[in-house]
Amino acid sequence: MAPKSPNGAGHADGAKRKLSRRQILGEGSALLGGALASGVAGQQAVAEMATTNADNLPPNVPEWMKAPGDPMGSQLYGMPSPFEKNVVKNISKKLPQYLSASGRTPLQDLDGIITPNGLFYERHHGGVPTIDPEQHRLMLHGLVDRPLIFTMEDIRRFPSESRIHFIECSGNPVYTKPYGKTASDLVGLLSCAEWTGVSLKLVLQEAGLRPEAKWLVAEGADAAALTRSVPIDKCLDDAMLVYSQNGERLRPQQGYPLRLLLPGFEGNMNVKWLRRLKAVEEPAYSREETSKYTDLMPDGTAREFTFYMEAKSIVTRPSGGQRLSTTGFHEITGIAWSGHGKIKRVDVSVDGGKNWQAAKLQEPVLTRALTRFRLPWHWDGQPAVIQSRAIDETDYVQPTFSELLAVRGENSFYHNNAIQPWRIDAQGQVTNANA
Amino acid sequence: MRKGRSPMRTLKPGWAMLTAVAFGLSAPVCAQSPYGIGRPATAAEIAGWNIDISRDGANLPPGSGSVAHGHEVFDQQCVACHGEKGEGGVGDRLVGGQGTIATSKPIKTVGSYWPYAPTLFDYIRRAMPQNAPQSLSNDEVYAVSAYILHLNDLLPADATLDARTLSAIKMPNRGMFTGDPRPDVRNPACVTGC
Repeated sequence: MAPKSPNGAGHADGAKRKLSRRQILGEGSALLGGALASGVAGQQAVAEMATTNADNLPPNVPEWMKAPGDPMGSQLYGMPSPFEKNVVKNISKKLPQYLSASGRTPLQDLDGIITPNGLFYERHHGGVPTIDPEQHRLMLHGLVDRPLIFTMEDIRRFPSESRIHFIECSGNPVYTKPYGKTASDLVGLLSCAEWTGVSLKLVLQEAGLRPEAKWLVAEGADAAALTRSVPIDKCLDDAMLVYSQNGERLRPQQGYPLRLLLPGFEGNMNVKWLRRLKAVEEPAYSREETSKYTDLMPDGTAREFTFYMEAKSIVTRPSGGQRLSTTGFHEITGIAWSGHGKIKRVDVSVDGGKNWQAAKLQEPVLTRALTRFRLPWHWDGQPAVIQSRAIDETDYVQPTFSELLAVRGENSFYHNNAIQPWRIDAQGQVTNANA
Repeated sequence: MRKGRSPMRTLKPGWAMLTAVAFGLSAPVCAQSPYGIGRPATAAEIAGWNIDISRDGANLPPGSGSVAHGHEVFDQQCVACHGEKGEGGVGDRLVGGQGTIATSKPIKTVGSYWPYAPTLFDYIRRAMPQNAPQSLSNDEVYAVSAYILHLNDLLPADATLDARTLSAIKMPNRGMFTGDPRPDVRNPACVTGC
């Protein structure tokens, strides 16, 4: 590597970055302090000085052009750039245990609507099993004419289809403090992928579903043998048995080799490592659908079988933990979704909820999938509170947190789909306005 | 062939033709299977995997276990996560909380929240202990279920649990579960001057 140039070529890019490397080095700490106090632009320049080798900036030729790069085959399964090493799953360091636990997607670091497989959120109830697909079987029994056993090869012989759908954990987030700091802390138990598999309806037809079958009990082949009951109408509508995710086989964390996909239903019901489907007249009333995944109300009653995830949205940029580097143009962008169908509109407010304007939706807008929204914005440097609200094709409007709390209280735990406001201070720092 | 909901009848004509081709080329498990994919599951195979216990306990297995034996099993298998008396730790709290569910600090336990006692057998058998699920005998599962119910004042200290007695226990919170009334929260979607 060439030695650092003592002068020149040290100017940071962009008109807003007024301080040069030479100025900072030459005029010492008094000016440095002044730069920090003078606002976002100066801070940015200082930060860039600390991390950037000026030799790679114009007019110099960057070092990565002066020698060949890594040869073909240096990574047989491609990984992100080492400079993206901080874009990883968000897993709390304070969990009581890590076998029944969750890890969140870093939503604020992602673009578009597809979650990379390695960043898809995780929720397990007995760890992640390592399943040999040759030894995996799906049993279909109960109220069927012909109880059947399928190999993975059998499942892949069925006519296949691919669809893009989100999956969201129903406890995303809970209603109680402490509230999260980032978009990931708050709603990171949400991801979206293109799933490939077979319509569950076709598989059920193969066994001959009997008319008295009203529910299907699905069981996973994990150490929790996790069990949930699914209404038969959903099974015969858009439910799928999926074996691929974003073009490759499911990741173990998402149920390799086979997962039940119930578009729009709470994540827990999309049973992973699926090994058994039993057609029955009434639900299993399993532990997961009685003592867990029931929504406690202030009067002591609890709602059970609350399947659908209602419409929701969040601004992911700018969002908690980020900082606006300068006044002027910033795009506000985020994601919206609804378990009840397509997103019809997303409104954004930049004045604490006093006024709202419709954001632009990225096409295609798909049913029960993430929808990316965007709104151009000029930040004047004054403190602001920005937020989004989703409206779905049923005309349901995402509620405010106070509207939600007024009906459900603080202990409902599941299905918090409240509007998430972000506070931007005069320095451009973004924090959770609810915290 | 049964009436009404034949899988063939729900297929479109094109599918019916495809099905006929599949029928001719493969060896379907049964004449009614549209694709002839999969093989019959035997009764023994189903019995080995079908571990679901219904909420009324009607399909609980033979066997029994006493509160006293359950105490021993609990001490060996459960206290590391659930605490000496089921007060919780790494694992869920199992005991107490009755009378708290409608308060601002609800404590959800087996005794205060679970609606059906047979579910306890189902869950312990399929998923506990966390480090070795499906390792307990049915007698041990009955016993540890009995002990947890005893700690919640739902079973006397000298009781023994079996399919009949477990099914007969009425959990205190049983009548408190309702359906899904959503959408239950309305945002008027004010646009200007809100």
